[in-house]
Amino acid sequence: MDRRKSLKALALGTLSAGVLLDACKTDDKKAADTKADAGPGKPKIDRMAEETEVYNSLIGKQFFTAHEMATITIMGDIIIPKDDVSGSASDAKVPDFIEFIVKDMPQHQLPMRGGLRWLDMQCLKTYEKAFKDCSEQQQIEMVDKIAYPKKAKPEMAAGVAFFNLMRDLVSTGFYTSEMGVKDLGYMGNRPNQWNGVPDEVLKQYKLSYTEKELKECVSFDKA
Amino acid sequence: MGDLQVKKQPKSYDAVIVGSGAGGGMATYVLAKAGLKVCLLEAGPMFDPAKNTNQLKNPWESPRRGASTKFRPFGDFDGCYHGWEIDGEPYTHKDNTRWDWFRARMLGGRTNHWGRISLRFGPDDFKRKSIDGMGEDWPISYQDIKPYYDKIDQLIGIFGTNEGLENHPDGIFLPPPKPRLHELMIKKAAVTSGVTVIPSRLSILTKKINDDRGACFYCAQCGRSCAVYADFSSGSVLVNPAIKTGNVDVIANAMVREVLTNKDGVATGVSYVDKNDMMEYQITGRTVIIAASACESSRLLLNSKSPRHSNGLANSSGVVGKYLHDSTGTAMGGVLPELFDRKRYNEDGVGGMHVYSPWWLDNKKLDFPRGYHIEYWGGMGQPSYGFGMGIQGMNGKYQVHGKKKEEGGYGKSLKEDQRFFYGAGVGMAGRGEAMAVETNYCEIDPTVVDKFGIPALRFHYKWTEHDIKQAKHMKDTFREIMHNMGAIITWGDDGTPENEYGLEAPGKIIHEAGTVRMGNDPKRFALNKWNQAHDCKNLFVVDGAAFPSQADKNITWTILALSMRTSEYIIDEMKKQNL
Repeated sequence: MDRRKSLKALALGTLSAGVLLDACKTDDKKAADTKADAGPGKPKIDRMAEETEVYNSLIGKQFFTAHEMATITIMGDIIIPKDDVSGSASDAKVPDFIEFIVKDMPQHQLPMRGGLRWLDMQCLKTYEKAFKDCSEQQQIEMVDKIAYPKKAKPEMAAGVAFFNLMRDLVSTGFYTSEMGVKDLGYMGNRPNQWNGVPDEVLKQYKLSYTEKELKECVSFDKA
Repeated sequence: MGDLQVKKQPKSYDAVIVGSGAGGGMATYVLAKAGLKVCLLEAGPMFDPAKNTNQLKNPWESPRRGASTKFRPFGDFDGCYHGWEIDGEPYTHKDNTRWDWFRARMLGGRTNHWGRISLRFGPDDFKRKSIDGMGEDWPISYQDIKPYYDKIDQLIGIFGTNEGLENHPDGIFLPPPKPRLHELMIKKAAVTSGVTVIPSRLSILTKKINDDRGACFYCAQCGRSCAVYADFSSGSVLVNPAIKTGNVDVIANAMVREVLTNKDGVATGVSYVDKNDMMEYQITGRTVIIAASACESSRLLLNSKSPRHSNGLANSSGVVGKYLHDSTGTAMGGVLPELFDRKRYNEDGVGGMHVYSPWWLDNKKLDFPRGYHIEYWGGMGQPSYGFGMGIQGMNGKYQVHGKKKEEGGYGKSLKEDQRFFYGAGVGMAGRGEAMAVETNYCEIDPTVVDKFGIPALRFHYKWTEHDIKQAKHMKDTFREIMHNMGAIITWGDDGTPENEYGLEAPGKIIHEAGTVRMGNDPKRFALNKWNQAHDCKNLFVVDGAAFPSQADKNITWTILALSMRTSEYIIDEMKKQNL
């Protein structure tokens, strides 16, 4: 059942809780089958005309060069690689998100552009190649010099600042993608009935609801 | 512009209402239901939550992943159009003071934004001057307004519990949702310090109340506007039903320029610019009801000058624009190590907190005169832009699955950390009663106009020493609660006298009030106890502008109650041929 239908059913109050919950389960199965992890496609959300205008002007421009995008993609997958739970940053189209967000938030443009250049110059000095053309081992060697703020040498401070920003943008891009949200295990954003903290969780934290709360608060039959 | 002319609507109305938020929406509802002909003007576009909602969207459906923009300062999915900055509609400041002016432009106005926190003022809130000698008493008491609070509870719907707290009056409540996990922990910690924690009072339907509106389905997204009208917004709950009576004409995208008066000083209607065609129009009516939001309403009055009202309309007292006050606000937050690596389940709940702390102390024993309430948040919310940032401040400090790590990092280890820390955040914010003082005000900036040629507002605002002492008390309380529950404070514990204990810039809490205040003395107040202008009997102001003081309670429920009371008074006075 699609969400709009279940919403309508809810509004009319015609569905029992059980039907509703089943409807949502089917919904999940369908969602899992379709790979809808689109990058910055045309938003299907409510927009004012002014917002659409800004959006169109942003997507009409390209900020990063092909070289920069290649570097962002490699760096992104070093920060968020594929593991047993989920895919990599590029699997979740994080580079496309970063291209969009620096146009939307111009304060990121200079630190990103300059940081990428700083990185390339460091690699050129050390390995005589741009970051993207270095071997995997060389790339990791360079990243290790800037990925740990406390351990990094003082002359690497600019690189640390750049990597912090990169880590932030890659992380936020990944964990707000369909793949990342699933990885985290966020289970909301669907019609449901809040019946309080699950019993086993209450037990784990040695907490319980008071009699007053149980009496006064809204509760639903447990399925 | 050679053919600039003013188009006059031939139809005359019983009431011309400016603004479709809580105050204007309620007036429209009551008057239209009583059979009066109403013209409702709104400066923004039409908006219907059933069609325009951004509910149940996933973060990846926004190209900026829900980040805010100047169009939607509360995030890309938020249901409110505009915020603190609108292109072509400037405002200025005096003496390097600060005021951030939030303006919602849409049907339903700011009721599309707020947290649905719906608190009655208590008996003491109407007579603060009698209690502490500061500010003003209201010209009405709790007993005068109580019947309207009761009616609104039932008409609109609100959940909560009757606690018998004298200055936090009981109401007619739907059952509240059970506390979430972090809220149980907060409650335990706060109660240890003597802080009262009770179920929230939010205008969200935990039970169906009529066939026009659905019940809450617990997506936590009231802020995106609700497709089944399970929460209160003026558009869905008041204006839409009013339109169905056939007695209301809504004019959207109408920026009202001034209130028109005749040679006797009586209001005859309003003039406005239609934002679609940029033409000038006039609408006439038997009464004019202003509810454009506190500052916008005072701007409109100050811009409505005539020989009979040379100081601006309803302003022979000179108080219009003065006594501006927003709620005080300051916050603190951190993480609860107890919640690291927590079990996953859906804890969205309703939109907002399930518990809160009403003011629990006696100001006579404190060094500041007015109280505050505390709002709480935390838990496993929907990730959006900003999620996962700053991990280097976390993963070096706390062991992850028993391992000490170097802060920062990347790779599979970073993914493990993000999962480990998810859902452990907790925070709290105080919302206090600020002093309403004459030296905090908005006025017309003589040199600046907006793109419609309407003179703009200039603000002057400084927090008083009372507000700052109150903020210090908030910070001390928050720190104690955080410590009691074993939380680690990661932000907000940086209060000093120099930074006014982290007080938000005035205007940021979006509870401004006081600029067209009510009182019995026409020399010191603009409105009488019926929200009626002392200087102009068929002019009413029914938004937060009318409040002489605003308690430590979000003002919407009281705007609604007063607007209903005023509307019934108007009907009555019309029957008696007094209007």
